[in-house]
Amino acid sequence: PAFGLFIFTIARDPLRIIILIAGAFFWLVSLLLSSLIWFIAVKASDPQDERLQKGLLIFGVMFSVLLQEAFRFLYYKLLRKAIEGLVALSEDGCSPISIQQMAYVAGVGFGLMSGAFSMINLLADALGPGTVGIHGDSQLYFLTSAFMTMVLIFLHTFWGILFFHGCEHRRWWEITAVVIMHLTVSGLSFCNPLYVGSLVPSYLLMAAAAAWAYLLSGGSVQNLRRFLLCKC
Amino acid sequence: MITFMNNSDSEEEPCNERTSLMSAESPPVPSYQDGLQASEAGEAQAHRKRRAGNSRGPNITGGETSGSGVPVRESALENEEEELTLKYGAKHVIMLFVPVTLCMIVVVATIKSVRFYTEKNGQLIYTPFSEDTPSVGQRLLNSVLNTIVMISVIIVMTVFLVLLYKYRCYKFIHGWLILSSLMLLFLFTYIYLGEVLKTYNVAMDYPTLFIVIWNFGAVGMICIHWKGPLQLQQAYLIMISALMALVFIKYLPEWSAWVILGAISIYDLMAVLCPKGPLRMLVETAQERNEPIFPALIYSSAMMWTVGMAKPDTAARGPSQQAWDAAEDGREHLRSPLHAESQMSETRSPVPTRPVTSLEELEEEERGVKLGLGDFIFYSVLVGKAAATASGDWNTTLACFVAILIGLCLTLLLLAVFKKALPALPISITFGLIFYFSTDNLVRPFMDTLASHQLYI
Repeated sequence: PAFGLFIFTIARDPLRIIILIAGAFFWLVSLLLSSLIWFIAVKASDPQDERLQKGLLIFGVMFSVLLQEAFRFLYYKLLRKAIEGLVALSEDGCSPISIQQMAYVAGVGFGLMSGAFSMINLLADALGPGTVGIHGDSQLYFLTSAFMTMVLIFLHTFWGILFFHGCEHRRWWEITAVVIMHLTVSGLSFCNPLYVGSLVPSYLLMAAAAAWAYLLSGGSVQNLRRFLLCKC
Repeated sequence: MITFMNNSDSEEEPCNERTSLMSAESPPVPSYQDGLQASEAGEAQAHRKRRAGNSRGPNITGGETSGSGVPVRESALENEEEELTLKYGAKHVIMLFVPVTLCMIVVVATIKSVRFYTEKNGQLIYTPFSEDTPSVGQRLLNSVLNTIVMISVIIVMTVFLVLLYKYRCYKFIHGWLILSSLMLLFLFTYIYLGEVLKTYNVAMDYPTLFIVIWNFGAVGMICIHWKGPLQLQQAYLIMISALMALVFIKYLPEWSAWVILGAISIYDLMAVLCPKGPLRMLVETAQERNEPIFPALIYSSAMMWTVGMAKPDTAARGPSQQAWDAAEDGREHLRSPLHAESQMSETRSPVPTRPVTSLEELEEEERGVKLGLGDFIFYSVLVGKAAATASGDWNTTLACFVAILIGLCLTLLLLAVFKKALPALPISITFGLIFYFSTDNLVRPFMDTLASHQLYI
C-alpha cells in the first residue's frame, strides 16, 4: 500500500520525489545516531547480563523514537526555509508546493524508509526455505511483521502531517501528542509476540491519527460522503 | 562532473515548474556551463527575466529549494546571458536520479544473483599488490599502494588525453573512443550474458548468441557515437556503465576498492577545480575552440542536436560538452582494466553537465543536465560493493543508495550556485562511504536485535 501511495501521489511531481528522498535520508541519519548511542552503551556494558541488555534495548528504542521526532522537526525547519525560497523564485509569488503536501511527502519518506529497514531483510529471507517459527516462536511472524510495518508506514505519514501542522500553528500539544503516540506504538511492540497486544492498539491509533490528519487537511464528513456516494 | 543545461521552455510552464536549480544565464562559467551557457543564453535570452541565484546554502531539498534561494542579479539585464534564468527545477534532478537509480538497480540485481561477480579470480594489472596478506598493516599498505598505482595511471591517461586534445589529434581520440566502446559493447556483454545464462541454467547456442550480441553491439555503436533515439542512447550508456562497474567490483580487491573510491573523489575534486587541473584545462580548451565534446562519454538527459546546427549558440554549446567527454574519456580509459577501453566510463568526473540545446527550429531549448559516465560507474561500484560484501545486506545497500542520491541532489544544488562544472563524485561518494561503514557496523547489530525481538522504532 505504501508503494501504491508513492506511485499515485508522488511519482508525478519531481519536487515531491526529492522531498521524499530527503525525508528518507533524515530518518536514516536519526537511525544512525540512535544506533551509535545504543552500540556504545552495549559495548560499555556487560554482555552477559540479560536484563541489562533488555533494558538497554528498551532505552535504545525510546531514544531512537525521540531522535526520529527531533529529526522530523529539523526537517520541518528545512522545508520552511525551502518554501520561502521557492516562493521567492517563482514568478508569480505562489509556491509550487504547499506545506501540507510537503508534510505528507515527508511523512511518507520517513515511513517508507523505516518500513524498508524493518522489512527488507525479512523479505530476503522469506525467499529461502519455509522455516518460520520452528524454534517455538510464533508462526505468524511474517504476517504480523508485514502488518506492523504497514501500520507503521501509515502512522509515519499521518504523524508527518500532524507534526507539521502543529509546528505551523504553534500548537505544542499536537506535537507532544505525536511524540507520545510514537512512543506508545514502539512500546506496544514490546508486547510481541503477544500480537493482540501490539497490533490491535496500533491499528486503533492509526485510525485515530488518520481521522485527525484528515480533519486537519480540510476534509470533513460531508466530503467523505460525497466521495463515497456520488463522486460529484 | 555535472553540467547544467538550461531549459528555456520552462518559462512557459506553470507555477509548479518554477523551482529552478540554476539560473539559465550563464556567465562564463568555466567548467560546465561555459559552452552551453553561451549558446543557451543566446537562445533563451528573450525568455528569461529572472536569474536564479542560490542563496540557500543549507537547503538540501533538491534543486528546487536551492533555486529559490538564489538571489536575482541586477546586472543581468544588460547581459543577455545573464538574463537567462535557468529554471532547473526538480525536473532536472529527477532526470539524473532515474538513470543513476537504474544503473544501480542493474548492478545490485546482477551482484545478488550472479555468482561470478563476487568470486575473486585475480586482479587487474592496475592493482598489482595482492591483499591476501597475513597482517592487517600489510594489507592496508598494499591497498594504499594499489590506489597510488591506479590513480597515477588515471592521471597519466587524462593528461595524455588533454594533450591530444590540445594538439588537435582528433582522429586519434575518435579512434580510441571507438575502440574502447567496441570492446566494451562486445566483449563485456558476451561475458555478462554468458554468466547470466549460466546462473539461470538457460542453454543458448552459439549462433543465436552471436546474432544477439552482434545486434546489440552494432546498434550500441551507432547510438552512442552517431545519432539515435535519445532513450536508446541513454539506455546504452546506462548498460555500459553497469558493465564497467561490475568489472570493477569483480576485479578490485576489497580494501583497495574503498581506498580507491575515496582517492578518486579527492582527485576529481582537484582535477576539476584547480586551475591547472587536467579536466579543467580540457574544458577550457574546448570552450575556447567552441567544439563539442565527444558524445560517448557523457550521459545527457536531453536531446543533443548541437553538431551541425547552424546556430552559433548551439555550436558553441557543443564543443564544451565534447571537451568534457574527451576528458572523461581519458579518465575512463585509465580506469578500464583492459587497455584502450571504456573511455566512456572514465567520463565520470570531469564531465560537466552541459546544457543541451535542441534543434534550432525549436523555440525553446531543451535543457538538461549532463553527467559523466564515470560518475555513474563509481556510484554503482559503491552500491554494488555494499550489496556484495556487507553482511547487513539490503539495509546497507539501501542506505548507500539514499546517501548517493542525496549527494547528487546537493551537488546539483551547488551547481546552481556556482554555475560551473563541478565534480559530481566527492559529495556523493563521501556520503556513501560514511553511510556504508556506519550502517554496516552500527546500525546492523541494532536492527538485527530489534528484528529478533520484533520491536519497532
